Amino acid sequence: MKKYKFKIQNLDCANCANELEHALQKIELLENVSISFMMQRLTLECYEENYEEALERIKKVIKKEEPDVKIEEV
Amino acid sequence: MSKKMNTQLFRIMISFLLVVISFLLKLDNELYNNILLVIAYMIVGYDIVLKAIRNIFKGKIFDENFLMSIATIGAFFIGEFPEAVAVMLFYQVGELFQDYAVDKSRKSVSELMDIRPDYANVYRNSEIEKVDPDEVNIGEVILVKPGEKIPLDGIVIEGESMLSTQALTGETVPRKVSVNDEVLSGCVNNNGILKIQVNKEFGESTVSKILDLVENASSRKSKSENFISKFAKYYTPIVVIIAVLLAFIPPLVIKNAIVSDWLYRALSFLVVSCPCALVISIPLSFFGGIGAASKMGILIKGSNYLEALASSEIVVCDKTGTLTEGVFKAQKVDAIGYSDADLLRYACYAESFSNHPISISLKQAYDKEINDRLVTKTEEVSGKGVIATVDGKTVLVGNEKLMSEYGIPFQKNDEVGTIVYVAINNEFAGTIVIADKIKEDSNKAIPLLKKNGVKKIIMLTGDSESVSAYVSNTLGLDEYHAELLPQDKVSWVEKLMNQKSSSGKLVFVGDGINDAPVLALSDIGVAMGGLGSDAAIEAADVVIMTDEPSKISNSIQISRKTMRIVKENIIFAIFIKIAVLVFSALGIATMWLAVFADVGVSVLAVLNALRILKIRV
Repeated sequence: MKKYKFKIQNLDCANCANELEHALQKIELLENVSISFMMQRLTLECYEENYEEALERIKKVIKKEEPDVKIEEV
Repeated sequence: MSKKMNTQLFRIMISFLLVVISFLLKLDNELYNNILLVIAYMIVGYDIVLKAIRNIFKGKIFDENFLMSIATIGAFFIGEFPEAVAVMLFYQVGELFQDYAVDKSRKSVSELMDIRPDYANVYRNSEIEKVDPDEVNIGEVILVKPGEKIPLDGIVIEGESMLSTQALTGETVPRKVSVNDEVLSGCVNNNGILKIQVNKEFGESTVSKILDLVENASSRKSKSENFISKFAKYYTPIVVIIAVLLAFIPPLVIKNAIVSDWLYRALSFLVVSCPCALVISIPLSFFGGIGAASKMGILIKGSNYLEALASSEIVVCDKTGTLTEGVFKAQKVDAIGYSDADLLRYACYAESFSNHPISISLKQAYDKEINDRLVTKTEEVSGKGVIATVDGKTVLVGNEKLMSEYGIPFQKNDEVGTIVYVAINNEFAGTIVIADKIKEDSNKAIPLLKKNGVKKIIMLTGDSESVSAYVSNTLGLDEYHAELLPQDKVSWVEKLMNQKSSSGKLVFVGDGINDAPVLALSDIGVAMGGLGSDAAIEAADVVIMTDEPSKISNSIQISRKTMRIVKENIIFAIFIKIAVLVFSALGIATMWLAVFADVGVSVLAVLNALRILKIRV
């Protein structure tokens, strides 16, 4: 498992952050998904070989839940 | 304020102005009046309505945008124009305020952690280049001028200066460095010019590690945060369902019920259905608490640990390096027939060829140049000491056994520590006590821990019984266990974990070296003197950057204050919301009260959370 961190933009409310976090936790390729609204940061763990697929699915979930949100890996 | 917030504020003001105008024109014309209000509504709330429409197609009906839109459009529908505008207006005021508060606390916390260096002056091809710290390689030499931050960890190869470590440790007294000293990134160079050979890449340097730790701390969520997000998950749907029932059931059941009256009550419900105030104030509080702690040189790796610290019940300490300085020093010289200085000189000369820790302590205490030629003969007596000829005199330096072996009558010294007996020309000349010193701060730390509600303070150490008893009695500890091997420490911590109450937490404090198993085993592992020690930063849950044990109490205090504010917010917000719900259902509360309660609670909860940034302990 490798840890990935993303900067997350245009997330306007703390509750939306919680909901998005919850939705992302449902992706079974990921573990320890956490969104910190205060730091505007998404952290998660996933196996390196699954990363490409996981990223696609993360983007899909974000597009559905919070279309304005953009993520950028750091 | 950001540009986005400025536009928001502008919209709110225009809308508010229109509402005021409409109130002034009220007597004249109902229709114009209402048109004005609708315009005011559209100016302030169009984005909310648009988002709501978008969300309907996704089936997200419990989204706050949707709820606010329904509440306000519903109000228009039953002819309550001013209420409709007011709800949207105040909702936006609350949102703006929240954004502002979050922004402000983000800024003030990142100011506290303003240790990221922007550039490094690196020597390349005999010229100085200004580059990003990321681009500097190990082994390159950088130049740090007065007032600049040290961008990367390294070793001073030229120059001398005073460094301010305040941003890292909270310590205000500057630290002196000169050639061959190790320096850490994040410190500020106060006066001299330093040339530093880099020994770590930027990503591995102290400053990056600390920033990474603090930036990720809010990702490890506390129980309170999880409770609130769970609460929010159920609260909104329940309130919305009750609102729907309230709108339709009573008019069907109660005779002569006025439909619009019940609809009004239901809409008031929707106004209070938004949980955002509560949801934002909790992480905001933890964020502030972690920030306040970092300012004091206490790095807390997660909100969960900040929360747990408040229920610290048992504190288990390592001795050497934690309660004591971990440096063996000549504490006391008792000379007989010689001056103390002479005794120390003879002992030091006699030991001058030895690398034994005792000899090192003696040399440190003597702190003068040793003239080798004066020492003509030295012989080590294994396990007992040294015999040497110094300045023509026979000097014996060692333990009691050495004195006995040579038949020298001596006075026994019962002090705690290692006693070095010295005889000169076969006559007893006195003793030197070498011991690890108790940190001055430890004397302050133990009563402070007790004052902060810690029930038991226990010391676990590998050191001897007599030294441990002395340290324990001097500091007033509750228990100590001496002569432990590392695995014994583990089993003791396991035992103590079973002794604490179900809600109490066990804190282990060590210097982070060889402590990994116990740090992991305890509820909260604290590593002390973490500055520069990667292992400690890695293994612990809380890293204290200085070597002061009193910082443990400070962390507990910050934790307590944070938890108090968190609890106040949870209780206050839930209480007001439920009260308003009940009053609305009974028809006592108006929509005005509902919106004031909702926005008011947000503002107060956020202001309360912001107090944490100002904590002084």
